[in-house]
This record gives sequence, structure tokens and C-alpha cells, in this order.
Amino acid sequence: MARMKFLCDAERCIECNGCVTACKNENEVPWGVNRRRVVTINDGIVGAEKSISVACMHCSDAPCMAVCPVDCFYRTDEGVVLHDKDLCIGCGYCFYACPFGAPQFPQAGAFGLRGKMDKCTFCAGGPEKDLSKEEFTKYGSNRLAQGKLPACAEMCSTKALLGGDGDVIADIYRQRVFKRGKGSEVWGWGTAYGKPDQPKAAPAGAKS
Amino acid sequence: MTNTRRLFLVGAAVLVAVGLGACGERDQVTLYKQGKYQGKPDTKPWENDPAANPYPGSKWNKGDKTSWESAVKTRNLAQNEYTRAE
Repeated sequence: MARMKFLCDAERCIECNGCVTACKNENEVPWGVNRRRVVTINDGIVGAEKSISVACMHCSDAPCMAVCPVDCFYRTDEGVVLHDKDLCIGCGYCFYACPFGAPQFPQAGAFGLRGKMDKCTFCAGGPEKDLSKEEFTKYGSNRLAQGKLPACAEMCSTKALLGGDGDVIADIYRQRVFKRGKGSEVWGWGTAYGKPDQPKAAPAGAKS
Repeated sequence: MTNTRRLFLVGAAVLVAVGLGACGERDQVTLYKQGKYQGKPDTKPWENDPAANPYPGSKWNKGDKTSWESAVKTRNLAQNEYTRAE
């Protein structure tokens, strides 16, 4: 059984934001909502700058599902976490619970109202008839129903962002690490926040 | 009981059922159960007919999960440029 996951290789990501653009274009995401973003740390510091593309990670034990008061989340057989916008009340609990900031809320309106939650669907649409206009309007493109994978991963120019069955992308990444001989750390606490024994980063404002 | 009388009774019963149907009251408050998805059911991606897809992607047999997974895996492996270059 496939378990759909994303994996971003911080050694390869060049912060081109192509994945962000591809996602917005594929799903016609409204202004102000970014299902995917590129985060850069140590910006401008030579050798320490790392970028990573972040969206919903489709957690196996998703906190958004746990906190949703109306239980509008479900997990598909492929391990994709989706939600029913007809049920969502826009309370924002999922936003507070998500460690990746994946849930997004439209900010349009005179009073900056918070509408129904929108997030990465792994290009799997939602609980409407597959490939229908309703599904596209509410949830965006359903590429899985076309036998395709998420647009962000498939068009990544450096193949930093891998998307698909967890076992397959893990094999691809493992082969890559063996070939280049580094970068097995992927992404985690150590990469993001450094280690206590590491020398201090260059002072702020130091640009390459 | 004659057929005409029986037909009349059945017709009257149907008429009453239809006429009073609107008098029923539906629950106005959804009963949420913790941890249970309350939304609409979703269809499986492999239940779609790839031939009917306006934007052709992979090929699989409609309703066959294994062939869909195989097709997606093939596409997935295209993300490995080491094998593409060989």
C-alpha cells in the first residue's frame, strides 16, 4: 500500500519558489493563500544557508485531525490527509496544532474574515466527484485520479522536492546520499536550530 | 377485497405518506463523534477511468488498485534523475 509523503532535500533546494508557483497555478489557489512555501535559514551566510519547501506533510498521526471540533478531516487509503470544506467552520484550531503551518485561511473581505481552511491536498482533490468542477473549485486539481503525482514535486527543477510513495522516495534519496556522500541528515531539529557545540553563526547582516 | 378497493387503499397510503412527508423534522444539530470523519465519502483514485481523463497521465485498469499503484510508482521513479540519465 502506498503511503504518500513529501521529502525536501535541503542540499538541493535553490529557493527558486518553482514549487510554490506550480502549486498556485495547478490548484488556482486564491490570493493570500499559499499551500506551499519555501523557508530559508541563515539567509546570505556562505555555507550555512539552507532552504526547504514546506507544505502539509500528511502526517500519519495528524494533529489537525485530532483537534478538529467538527471532525472534517479524513485520511485516504494512500495516506493523504484531506478535509471536507462543507463541514469546516474555519475555527483555526488546525492551524495552531499543525507544526508546519500548513492550514491556510483566506483573508479576503472587508473585515479580514477567516473563511474555510485550505491546505495542500497532495494534488488529490477532496470529497467531491473526482475531476469535477466542484472538486476543482473547492480543493483544486486531482492529479492522483489522473495517475499523476503532485505538481510541485514533479516540476521541481533540481529534484530537491520528492513526492510520492514513502518507500520509493526514500530509495531515491538513499541512492542520492550514497552518490554524493553527504546530506543524510535530511531536515530536522539539528539542521533548523543548530547544535550547542557548533560555532556561532556569523553576525546578522553578513552577506556573501 | 376487490382489486379496485385494494388499489384505492394503496393509493391513499402513498398519498398520505407523500403529503405528510414534509411535516417531518430533521435534526438541526449535527452529532459529532470524536475521531470519526463526519464529511462526505471520497472516491478512490483508481476507480476513475484513465481513458476518460481529459488530461491523460498514467494508464491503469479502472478499479484495479494494484495497477494504479504500479502506474504511479513508475511515474514516481521518474523523479530519480540517476536512473533517467543511465
